[in-house]
Amino acid sequence: MKRHLLSAADLDRDDALLVLDTAAELAQLTDRAVKKLPTLRGRTVVNLFFEDSTRTRISFEAAAKRLSADVINFSAKGSSVSKGESLKDTALTLEAMGADAVVIRHHASGAPHRLAHSGWIQGSVVNAGDGTHEHPTQSLLDAFTMRRHLAGGKGDLEGRKITIVGDVLHSRVARSNVLLLATLGAEVTLVAPPTLLPVGVETWPCATSYDFDAHLKDADAVMMLRVQRERMNAAFFPSAREYSRRYGLDARRMAQMPDHAIVMHPGPMNRGMEIAAEVADAPRSVIVEQVANGVSVRMAVLYLLLGGATLGDGTEA
Amino acid sequence: MSAARTPDDTRTVLDAAEITRALTRVAHEIVERAKGADDLVLLGIPTRGVFLAQRVAERIRAIEDREVPVGALDITMYRDDLRRAPARALLPTEIPPGGIDDKVVVLVDDVLYSGRTIRAALDAINDIGRPRAVQLAVLVDRGHRELPIRADYVGKNIPTSKSEKVHVLVAEHDGEDAVRISGHANGEDQ
Repeated sequence: MKRHLLSAADLDRDDALLVLDTAAELAQLTDRAVKKLPTLRGRTVVNLFFEDSTRTRISFEAAAKRLSADVINFSAKGSSVSKGESLKDTALTLEAMGADAVVIRHHASGAPHRLAHSGWIQGSVVNAGDGTHEHPTQSLLDAFTMRRHLAGGKGDLEGRKITIVGDVLHSRVARSNVLLLATLGAEVTLVAPPTLLPVGVETWPCATSYDFDAHLKDADAVMMLRVQRERMNAAFFPSAREYSRRYGLDARRMAQMPDHAIVMHPGPMNRGMEIAAEVADAPRSVIVEQVANGVSVRMAVLYLLLGGATLGDGTEA
Repeated sequence: MSAARTPDDTRTVLDAAEITRALTRVAHEIVERAKGADDLVLLGIPTRGVFLAQRVAERIRAIEDREVPVGALDITMYRDDLRRAPARALLPTEIPPGGIDDKVVVLVDDVLYSGRTIRAALDAINDIGRPRAVQLAVLVDRGHRELPIRADYVGKNIPTSKSEKVHVLVAEHDGEDAVRISGHANGEDQ
């Protein structure tokens, strides 16, 4: 493992499997009387959130606390950032407080990379979502969930067919998933209207399509992306109704999926927009399980980054 | 000593038959101390302790004609030397379905040395449940304790020098059963 987790591309196949296997062991903790391990006692994890988030922040907080780390939550609202403090000064403050790891979510793509490579802080940096760039721990929990349902909880995802549908252009989840799932051997197809596919998507290790119905029958998993209205400053599709009809997952489309196939969504959902309520609540929907798996996967990441000896910058173990 | 010396200065201190006899005796001692096998649970410490625990459970089944639950207890997250090496991969933990509350838990490991592994195991057990008693069975006790911990059942006491290495091989994992020692007995501090 590298010292930071900034991109799903930081993980080679062995690293990714190590995270997933570690998470599988840590998932057992949920059934125990004492849901806590002493491993990160005395270490400090800072959650540095410049953008709203419920599940990711809570998930990282639960993960760090279950490993006995001290957790400091820092959100931009109500902090000195709203008075104009720069990322650098915020980072220096955290360093002075002795942060061993900084979990950062930022609206600007590349902010975690800047934090990790600027020399401002000594600790590990974990990207919890930066702009429209990446969200590596989300892709890890998605891969973990797929592995549980499609590969018996072991090994990689060789040959599994994953269809990711929706607003790829603004989705850091889609980008991280494509990179990680390709590393694990899955065949990913991105389905979106042409206006919601990013420039250069042909260089990604995946296929693309404009036709959702053509990619239902052979899918092992269908992942719906949220339509990110807050990031849309132009008209990417004529109307919500048309989007929903062509790229939404409703009961009719779900019925075309194979019996073993699962429905995923990174949340928060727009029910009735990209996913119908009856699909979101269907037995094959694993959306709630994704949230639970997020804690185990983030524990694994924090343990593997912080649990061992502190390594020099860029050193791989 | 009758131990056979090989050219690379590795000697065998227990062969397969001796390991079998030692485990059989340990199984008898466990049953005797527990006055039967009613609420026994064997927890092996991965990797080799788990196989040894399974073998002891088989012997107890043969003696008492009843099943003894066997599990695995990984102690990685409880180690006191985690920060001395890069983060380690976790090994499987499997607690038998009946749990360990109010049971007599027998920890099973291959070698007892500093006692630090067992200290970690005791902490791990504490987070899983509250056994009536915890006992320790090891195949080899090589001495040099660094903590106030002792074994209740010992396959064989083997006095060693700290510079020597003890290798326990089990057929399920290593293809053969043997306990070997390598290194120089009088090469203290290298």
